[in-house]
Formats: sequence, C-alpha cells, structure tokens
Amino acid sequence: MIEDIGNALIGGGIIGLAASGMLISIGRITGISGILAGTLFPKKGDTVWRIVFLSGLMLGAFVFRIFWGFEFESIDNRSLIAVGIGGLLVGLGTNIGSGCTSGHGVCGISRMSPRSLVATITFMISGIITVFIIEHALGGL
Amino acid sequence: MKNKCIYYLGPLVGGTVFAIGLGVSGMLEPKKVIGFLNFFGDWNPALLFVMVGAISVHFVLFRVIIKRKSPLFDSQFHLPIKKQLDQKLIIGAILFGAGWGISGLCPGPGLASLVTGSKYVFVFVLTMVVGVVTARTLTQAIEKRN
Repeated sequence: MIEDIGNALIGGGIIGLAASGMLISIGRITGISGILAGTLFPKKGDTVWRIVFLSGLMLGAFVFRIFWGFEFESIDNRSLIAVGIGGLLVGLGTNIGSGCTSGHGVCGISRMSPRSLVATITFMISGIITVFIIEHALGGL
Repeated sequence: MKNKCIYYLGPLVGGTVFAIGLGVSGMLEPKKVIGFLNFFGDWNPALLFVMVGAISVHFVLFRVIIKRKSPLFDSQFHLPIKKQLDQKLIIGAILFGAGWGISGLCPGPGLASLVTGSKYVFVFVLTMVVGVVTARTLTQAIEKRN
C-alpha cells in the first residue's frame, strides 16, 4: 500500500510534468478525450499535433511495457460486454462533458477552473456510486 | 510555428512522458482504479495520490508558464474559454463516471493499453470512439435545430 502510494505520487508528478511540457511547448491543454475527439473530427491545422501526441502516448506505453513488463489485467467480475458499455459511456460522457480525468482532473483543477472542479467531483461520485452498485448489489457486470 | 519538426517534438515527448507517468502511477491497472472507486468497500486510496502528484506539479508550473507571452513553438496559448456551469457538463461527467466505474478505464489509460493487444482494451477503445462520434453528431444536430 505504501509502495502503491509512492508510485502514485511519482507517476502523478510525471503526468504533471508531461502536461506542463505540452503547455510550454505548444500551448495546449493535455486533455486526452479532447485530443482524441479532434482526430475524429479533424480541422485543418489542428489535427497533426493530436495524432503525434497519441502516437507518443502509444510509444510511452510501449517503452513502459518493455522496461517494466506491463500486461493488461482485466477485472475479474466484468464481462467483455460490460467493458464495451463502459467504453461507450466514457466516449459519450467525455464528449458531452468536455473532458476526462486528464483535462478536467489534472489540467483543469491546476488552473483552478470551476467547471473542471465540478466535473471532477461529479465523475468521481458517479464512479463511486457505479462501483458500489456493481460490487455490492449486482456482484459483477 | 516556424519550425514544424521542433513544434511536433512537444506533443511527441509530451505523449510519451504522459504514458510512462500513467504506467508508474498505477493508472494502467483497472483493478486499482476499481479499488479506488470502491469507496464503500475494500477502498484502496492509492490513486488519489496520482491526482495529488499531478496537480502539485502542474499547479505550480502552470502559473510559471502562463506568465510568458506565448509558448515556445506557437504564437499563443490555447486555453479553454468556457466559464459557465451547464447541464451538459454535469450530464457528461455522470455518464463518464459510470463508464469509468464499469470498465476501470478512462481515455488515456484505454488508449495507452492498446499496446498490450488485449481484446478488452480493443473493445473499450472501439466503443469509446463510437461514443465520441455519437455524442458529437447528436450535439451538432440539436444545436442546428435550436
């Protein structure tokens, strides 16, 4: 647990550095859902940096996999269909709500944006209620 | 944006470092994410410290960086301008939180985990893309009608 917390702090710090690097270099907010949406609805002159960032994200994950041996471990009591429903909701929700954990949770709160603070509290509570229902009432999904 | 190559070095390094941060922090482990959201069960607070770490660093650096007239490789900063709290923000956040709690994945970890070749991740990213396209199409249709 203590090791988990230490890794979380260090990893979080690295994420904060990456977001700061994006801001100082090209002046952009590191909101992954927004960056993704921009590649799906490309606008001239505002697309290539998004594709480059997402390629970098894959590259970083690949590097992490090589050096630290990262394998995806699915959650025991979630079916493939449940994960699909989850993905659909994440896509819908982040687009309607203009952001996700990175854009609202990290960048927005750092900017002290009221919208991002409200969004982050809301998606945390919604996630907690969802997990409560799945784990305690349904026993899986 | 005089030198394109240098310009794109920003997002390339940014994306790479971001993904390594995700990996080190534990955000690429859906079980830990569910453990964090399982507040009324076997709660694992570790991932709270991802936000603590990320915000501590970015909170300070944001203020230092934003004092500049412009970023290094562009003529201006591109910051969100919307200020008002609206229904869309709340509804979107509720839907996103539900999807996060079901799958244990949010957009960054979902996309980064594609490198593992897992079918779970593939299904997540595919349906997430469908969700984004559906939401954008619906929003545009509603805005056109009004």
